Amino acid sequence: MAFHIPEDYYYTKEHEWAQVDENIVTVGITEFAQDQLGEVVYVELPEEGQKITQGQTFGVIESVKAVSDLYAPVSGTVIEVNTALSDDPSVLNDDPVNEGWLVRIEMDTEKELANLMRAPDYKKLISEK
Amino acid sequence: MKKTPLADIHVNSGGRMVDFAGWYMPVQYSGLREEHDNVRKNVGLFDVSHMGEVRVKGPKALETLEWLTTNDVAKLNDGEAQYSLLPNDQGGLVDDIIVYCLKKNEDYLVCVNASNKDKDFAWMTKNNKGADITDESDMWGQIAIQGPKALELCDRVFGFKVSEMKPFTLKSGQFQNFKIMVATTGYTGEKGCEVFVEAAGTGALWNHLLNEGKDLGAQPIGLGARDTLRTEMKYSLYGHEIDDTTNPYEAGLGWVIKPAKKDFIGKAIIVGKKEAGLQRNLVGFKMLEKGIPRQGYSLFSFDNKEIGKVTSGTHSPTLDEPIGIAYIDVAFAKEGTEFLLDIRGRKTKAVVCKTPFVQK
Repeated sequence: MAFHIPEDYYYTKEHEWAQVDENIVTVGITEFAQDQLGEVVYVELPEEGQKITQGQTFGVIESVKAVSDLYAPVSGTVIEVNTALSDDPSVLNDDPVNEGWLVRIEMDTEKELANLMRAPDYKKLISEK
Repeated sequence: MKKTPLADIHVNSGGRMVDFAGWYMPVQYSGLREEHDNVRKNVGLFDVSHMGEVRVKGPKALETLEWLTTNDVAKLNDGEAQYSLLPNDQGGLVDDIIVYCLKKNEDYLVCVNASNKDKDFAWMTKNNKGADITDESDMWGQIAIQGPKALELCDRVFGFKVSEMKPFTLKSGQFQNFKIMVATTGYTGEKGCEVFVEAAGTGALWNHLLNEGKDLGAQPIGLGARDTLRTEMKYSLYGHEIDDTTNPYEAGLGWVIKPAKKDFIGKAIIVGKKEAGLQRNLVGFKMLEKGIPRQGYSLFSFDNKEIGKVTSGTHSPTLDEPIGIAYIDVAFAKEGTEFLLDIRGRKTKAVVCKTPFVQK
């Protein structure tokens, strides 16, 4: 199965993507992640203003079968939440890398980006699954 | 991992394979929700070859099963089946089973859970009253055919009118050169049957059913939808609703316990607990606030006392809302009683509701 993995995004080993625009980072889950989850039926996200820490859980995504934690790709403050997902979480299956974004974070430090994967490494990671 | 005779077929037809109780099994094919809906609307095929089969034969077969099981085995005539339980000697349950009567008094097939097969066989052997008990699990493949169009498909394929068989009956036949036994049982709440087939014929039968059922919408169904379908019916699953410590009356299984008819293993403890007054009941519930119940979550009263635990929970594909099954203190077990569910530290309102969740 060919997944769309944007070249300019950063990736975590837990299958979140991070799109960086200066110090604002948009976060979502990858196409591989949604495929593994199956139909998403519920998403629990932090509130605006909440502080999150790289590598720590910041929310939960649930499919019919399973509960999965969401891990923060960078530390910072949540400045925007995709509230459309609470009404229609299926967007996460249909378009996880665009419309299905989860939160926008004001990043504390760019240095943390060095801990994330780039697209070629992430492709390698999922090809081994 | 152990493989059923259909493992290669599942892989080749795009099944997503997982380890289930040590078996290499398909969790889904096209997608859980689509498969679930197809069983409720058309017909689905399930590979249940991983289930165990234990044969109990000989002059002491009935006497042995009377002692080993809670239900009234003596009343079964040739070609009849019953849901039953294997109690342990501590008042809990070794397994839940289906007993098929092949010949009254002297020949029975017991279908057991895959995850419990070795345990069950050892237990039955240890408590044998002189029957000839053999593990026939490797001899049989098993396919479940379930859904409103299931019986139409069965009538086409099996050469006799499965649609005219009563529920919980069994009929022997042939498919190609393979021996089959068609049983009008199931685990979805839909019409249908479960077919035992000689292991070597399982693949041929599976493919034939899919081909013959194309116009009826026949599709292979994974274990994911099997679980959501049984949850919507509030059917117990060993390891969730029942286990080694469960009192079957608390699990709502009093209808398969016949202490007035006979003696059975653990009877005094099981019945004694009921007579002393049950502490908890197994109930179905729905959410009044956002969240999905999952096994292991705790239930609380509004004055913050822990009053129970979730045994199964999911998002119901048929109802398109979360549903859960839980043990709850008897004081809170009445339909309409509200309580709090602890979802990862968040207390969320829920309410005891009528079951099955999906009326059939």
